[in-house]
Amino acid sequence: MDITIIAESNGNELHPVTSQLVGAASTLGGTVTVLCPGGIGEKEASEISGVAKVVSLKGDCFSSFDSGAWSHVMTPHCGDGIVMGSSSPSGRELAAQIASKMGVPVVQDLTGIDNGLMMTRSIYSGKAVETSNASGSCVITLRQNAFEAASLGGSAEVVTVDSSSEVSVAVKEAIAKAGERLDVSEADIIISGGRGMGDPANFSHLNEVADIIGAAVGASRAAVDSWDEIPHSMQVGQTGKTVNPSLYIAVGISGAIQHLAGMRSSKYIVAINKDPDAPIFGVADYGIVATWEEALPSLRDELANL
Amino acid sequence: MTIAVLLKQVPDTTAKIAVSGGRVDQSSVAKWSTSPYDEYALEYALQLKEAGGGDLVAITCGPARSSKMLTDAAAVGVDSMLHVVADTSEMDSTQIQSILAAAIKHCGAEIILCGKQAADTNSGSTGPGVASLLGASCVGMVSEVGIEGDGFIAQRGISSGDERVVVSKPCLFTFDKGLTELRRPNVKGIMMAKKKVIESVSAGDLGVDLGESGVKINSHAPPPEKPPGQKFEGAESVPTVVAKLREEANVI
Ligand SMILES: Cc1cc2nc3c(=O)[nH]c(=O)nc-3n(C[C@H](O)[C@H](O)[C@H](O)COP(=O)(O)OP(=O)(O)OC[C@H]3O[C@@H](n4cnc5c(N)ncnc54)[C@H](O)[C@@H]3O)c2cc1C
Repeated sequence: MDITIIAESNGNELHPVTSQLVGAASTLGGTVTVLCPGGIGEKEASEISGVAKVVSLKGDCFSSFDSGAWSHVMTPHCGDGIVMGSSSPSGRELAAQIASKMGVPVVQDLTGIDNGLMMTRSIYSGKAVETSNASGSCVITLRQNAFEAASLGGSAEVVTVDSSSEVSVAVKEAIAKAGERLDVSEADIIISGGRGMGDPANFSHLNEVADIIGAAVGASRAAVDSWDEIPHSMQVGQTGKTVNPSLYIAVGISGAIQHLAGMRSSKYIVAINKDPDAPIFGVADYGIVATWEEALPSLRDELANL
Repeated sequence: MTIAVLLKQVPDTTAKIAVSGGRVDQSSVAKWSTSPYDEYALEYALQLKEAGGGDLVAITCGPARSSKMLTDAAAVGVDSMLHVVADTSEMDSTQIQSILAAAIKHCGAEIILCGKQAADTNSGSTGPGVASLLGASCVGMVSEVGIEGDGFIAQRGISSGDERVVVSKPCLFTFDKGLTELRRPNVKGIMMAKKKVIESVSAGDLGVDLGESGVKINSHAPPPEKPPGQKFEGAESVPTVVAKLREEANVI
């Protein structure tokens, strides 16, 4: 079976999820080709063990994201079997466009796949799990951090292809990210604050803790909606980001079902809340019934002393 | 200019989801609502119509109960409604997209707005797939859209931040949470909406040959139970929790 992987980039580098895609592909068996849009990460991709070939796609259209133009160039390089990408927002968009151009179905955001091509994904925002089977070729996207990464040590050939396509989505202006901080969707540890933080200025206490452990800072919708200083890009939940970190620390967040929708698949959850009956304790591995005013200074000191 | 907004009716985000016989039990869903991101698409579709004129049609593909959502959309200002009556729960992405693409062509729309993903399947395939079938430009993760010259300007999220992009029709926008408040219907709108007729068709009426689904759902199941957590009283427990995170969980 042919497995075509769409490399995910992070600025000018290969995004680490690409190795996870290769890792998942290796468990299925088959010949793995990695497509690098814009040639980004072609060398790094060729060094992932299990990769047979890297196709580096060069062309003007890759200088900004246009899923229509990109898929037009990429689809002819996708093999008959499985096409695999990351379930990041752009990854999903591209996967859906490629599937449509190939005339095959797309199944998004898998958290599991076995060698009988039984696919597992979460539906209804984590309130149920679906398993399904594709009867022929299909395009799939995988959730970041849900699969073991392949190791380094490969030396695949890199084939460069020059082709472009007309871009119809023209970038007029880039709006810089609000902060230098790590994005919640990229982080392995997240500390989030809710309305219980009382004031947006108090997020500085979360930032302090985050800086010590290299975490991203997230927020509940109530925090985002109440305070202009807290941008929507920080929101975790049903109408925010779905995150899958190793550790999620919820501070002053009640644990509404729509918040849980975005973070319940975190490996470990810590909750700090003054209300012993807050629903967040229902999903927390470690719950601390305390105010953040009392708990965060101690958390900061303990982590700093590790 | 005809604008189409694609809406999907899903269990309300507060609704309990029960599984019976290997499928989510739709009959036990207490409340159905318009999928949250679709509501932002609807809001911006109304704004585009207000700014540039033209007709706004709301389209859904779903079972009979979905028509209520179209009436709700009419109450805030949608001009016409098209309901493709079908059970989509076992359809694959190709089938749904071909129905919606045919529905859009049927209405003659060249500007299409929809949510970035539906709150039930959580996929995010429909918008970009439909754009591809229609040969329309696709802009995803949009938080705002307006008219600029002969075309449109949209703010979208990409991994490195936000950017403003310009496109011309035919084009499709998939919405993230928008930068605006959603409007609520007023009494007059609700009364007017009751008088509006929903055009109701089948996939066959639109000339769509659905074929077989390429993806067979094996089963739905409740999410795996998490073992009950440990709960500690007071800030003095913080050192204990940190130690456990290091020794039991191995995450710091
Ligand atoms: C369609 C829809 C989509 C939604 N999408 C999202 C989403 O994406 N993300 C999201 O988060 N929500 C979402 N919501 C909103 C959700 O329902 C809740 O309103 C929201 O999550 C509540 O945020 P919160 O926990 O910060 O605030 P609250 O519910 O007000 O909780 C505050 C918590 O802080 C605690 N607290 C107060 N003071 C302190 C203190 N000093 N120290 C410690 N704890 C303290 C309180 O005990 C309480 O538990 C959505 C709702 C709808 C209807």
